[in-house]
Amino acid sequence: MKNFANLIKALDATNKTNVKVDALTEYFRHASDEDKVWTIAILSHRRPPRPVNTTLLRIWANELANIPMWLFEESYHIVGDLAETIALIVPTTREHSDKSLTEYLREIIALRKKSDEEKRAYLHENWLALNFYERLVFTKLITGSFRIGLSQKLMTRALSKAVSVDEDLIAHKLMGDWNPNTVSFRELILEEKSSDYLSKPYPFYLAYAIEGNVADLGDAKDWSIEHKWDGIRSQTIIRDGEIFVWSRGEELVTDKYPEFQNFIGVIPDGTVIDGEILPYKDDTIGSFNDLQTRIGRKNVSASVLKNNPVIIKAYDLLEWKGEDIRTRTYAERRHLLEVLFADIPTGTIPLHLSERICLNSWEDVVAERERSRDLHSEGLMIKRNDSIYQVGRKKGDWWKWKIEPLAIDAVLTYAMRGHGRRSNLFTDYTFALWQQNENGERELVTFAKAYSGLTDAEFRQVDNWIQRNTLERFGPVRSVTPELVFEIGFEGISLSKRHKSGVATRFPRILRWRHDKKINEANSIDDLKALIC
Amino acid sequence: MAKKNEKALLCFNDKGIYCEIANVYLDPWKAVENAIITHGHSDHSRWGHKNYITHHFNVPIIRHRLGDINVAGVEWGESFMVNGVKFSLHPAGHIVGSSQVRVEYKGEVWVFTGDYKTEDDGIATPYEVVKCNTFITECTFGLPAFNWLPQKEVFTDINSWWAENKAEGKTSVIFGYTLGKAQRIIKNLDTSIGKIFTHGAVENMNQVIRTITDLPDTELVTRDTKREELLGNIVVAPPSAHGSPWLRKMTPFVTATASGWMAFRGARTRRAIDKGFVLSDHCDWYGLLDSIKATGAEKIISTHGYSDIFSRYLREIGYDARTARTQYEGESAEMGSSHEADESDEKAFEDVLKTEAPQSDQGDSIKSFLK
Repeated sequence: MKNFANLIKALDATNKTNVKVDALTEYFRHASDEDKVWTIAILSHRRPPRPVNTTLLRIWANELANIPMWLFEESYHIVGDLAETIALIVPTTREHSDKSLTEYLREIIALRKKSDEEKRAYLHENWLALNFYERLVFTKLITGSFRIGLSQKLMTRALSKAVSVDEDLIAHKLMGDWNPNTVSFRELILEEKSSDYLSKPYPFYLAYAIEGNVADLGDAKDWSIEHKWDGIRSQTIIRDGEIFVWSRGEELVTDKYPEFQNFIGVIPDGTVIDGEILPYKDDTIGSFNDLQTRIGRKNVSASVLKNNPVIIKAYDLLEWKGEDIRTRTYAERRHLLEVLFADIPTGTIPLHLSERICLNSWEDVVAERERSRDLHSEGLMIKRNDSIYQVGRKKGDWWKWKIEPLAIDAVLTYAMRGHGRRSNLFTDYTFALWQQNENGERELVTFAKAYSGLTDAEFRQVDNWIQRNTLERFGPVRSVTPELVFEIGFEGISLSKRHKSGVATRFPRILRWRHDKKINEANSIDDLKALIC
Repeated sequence: MAKKNEKALLCFNDKGIYCEIANVYLDPWKAVENAIITHGHSDHSRWGHKNYITHHFNVPIIRHRLGDINVAGVEWGESFMVNGVKFSLHPAGHIVGSSQVRVEYKGEVWVFTGDYKTEDDGIATPYEVVKCNTFITECTFGLPAFNWLPQKEVFTDINSWWAENKAEGKTSVIFGYTLGKAQRIIKNLDTSIGKIFTHGAVENMNQVIRTITDLPDTELVTRDTKREELLGNIVVAPPSAHGSPWLRKMTPFVTATASGWMAFRGARTRRAIDKGFVLSDHCDWYGLLDSIKATGAEKIISTHGYSDIFSRYLREIGYDARTARTQYEGESAEMGSSHEADESDEKAFEDVLKTEAPQSDQGDSIKSFLK
């Protein structure tokens, strides 16, 4: 545990990516194989299920701090992170623990089945035996939220440096459904193997947003256009009479979408399709909001299936007749994908082809992008015809060119402290728009929350303003004098019964601070609804 | 048991903490006739009062910042009467010269802490418990999340950080408040590792502090200082120097901040500081609770810091506690949310460099005070 806590401390001690990768590489060089596997698991978001709920964690930690519960909660609001709060308030003792990371994780897994009294005793003993960073890490392993500003990609790079295995190969080995409790480092990283090949997806190729002028990409004829659909990027694998559906977050989501089971038998074995899971009803693509009902659900009822059906829009073909074809050109892969589609009788399975559009000029591409909102897409993908299917986010061959976000001017009404690195600033804002109430008076109605889009300097300025213009406090939330107007951008909009404003927006964020506007110049809910197409 | 005076001995008005009977203010934030000053930080010692009285250690510090003022210095524990009210100053352990103010009238005793810490930092005169009926305490770090490690452990960390940077061929840059934190760091650095360089603001203050107490040798970074001379050594600079072009000369360098706020991981990452050392010149949670208990006070008034939360807790454990609004800032300048203190610092230096402050007779002020 000491080594792992020191690693986290070292990662915490720098904002420079290279230094972080070096620290992790160093750690991988010296860690035991077991600890390596667990570290990979933790940094790729494969954590053991939470053995203790956070309410009990708070109570038990608080017993050691010997303070009233409200004081713990106040401290938590100010610190902004539960594990960090616990690590701070539990007194440091002269005890120490020499258990390894793996030993701790095994204990945490076993803890789940223990009685509350046993859990309490275990936590008390270990909190008191660890120093601040170890306590923080230990608690984070239990709460299950481990963000340390190091992406899986950087972790893969560090591992690749430490064990001298190709980075892309490691990325592939780390995908899919492996259990850190049973797999050895040798099996996971070093061995060539075929046992878990069946369900294994390929790493996704991701595009960067286009920079500058689209015409700078060269001859339009070298490129293909597809619409960028707004759903869940997925990979569908059909091998040996089984289907596996993976989301981009490397989550196996097959069970959530039983409608795809009938791909088996229609699509031949040895096929892997890159596509987008989309809500689709009455021959129309729905909004991302329609998909929300499906995302969280593991057991899907018949009525949900009926009311919120989904399809997959196929973008690309990665495996064909059991062969990895990622190094063939996009044009060839698309040709094979179209061959595959030619053999599927129309309407038999919920699999659609995302149309590949070949245009002669960039003007035509611009015109196609203009149609995006009507087609319910979020813009275009521009792919080089001779591009291979790469690993991860790479520049050069694939670009995304989203449509400009919808925007509206709204009034800041509530603010909350941010989390993590923004924990002592008010950075989480609630925005409102005007609406007429029954008495014909205009009032502000909450419509969206946004956390991003201002610079650090602007956040500090707004934070300072909030401190001076607080009306009321509700725990961590403060209501503020309606005075500041911000332009809020969002990707999509749909009617919603769950929202007070009657409207749900997708990915709202702050576009800019409208210093030039007074609150009576902010938009209304009706203005917002007028944006629904 | 003290007899209750009819009116509160000290009250809080728009100018500061006021003793009406004596017509004396403690650390006023607006210009007044008579001001007792706890210490030299700019939120406690402001410009424009007619008469200043403070511990004699603070006289050169305050003159350095405010120029030609009418100031008198007194000893620790030396009492002086103003209209029947007995005042005396007692060490607060915050920075060199920092004092608590004891105010006694008809057997009732109030103590105002100014800023204070209970740990002996080796440079400020150590904090002394002063028994009182009412204790006006700061609570900058009045949350159970703040628990300082002994300074010895923190400086072991700071010195090994410096040694590591040196081994990697890098210059260490550490940020700390110009008056107080900077000298505390300098005093405790291990000079067997290398040389200590300073930013102009820190060096000017060092000169003043050296008239009061010893400091290890430091060297000012000037236009002529070569990058090679700095390499592997440590530079002590005010927080406002972070991100400024002045730092370029130190390349390749690693930055650190020493502040109580560094207890929060978010506070450091947001400021893009490489390393945070939790080192404060204020009390931590237990420091506050223990000193409150030791004073024997039954009434507690908390000023700057997490005062609402802290007072609520004090009431729950049986004190008669309330909060008072002041304009003191605690350690906020080190958070980067306000550079006010440091900027005014640097301004004062320029002024001082321009005009040599004339020494006025210290006796004058105290006489007019006692009148």
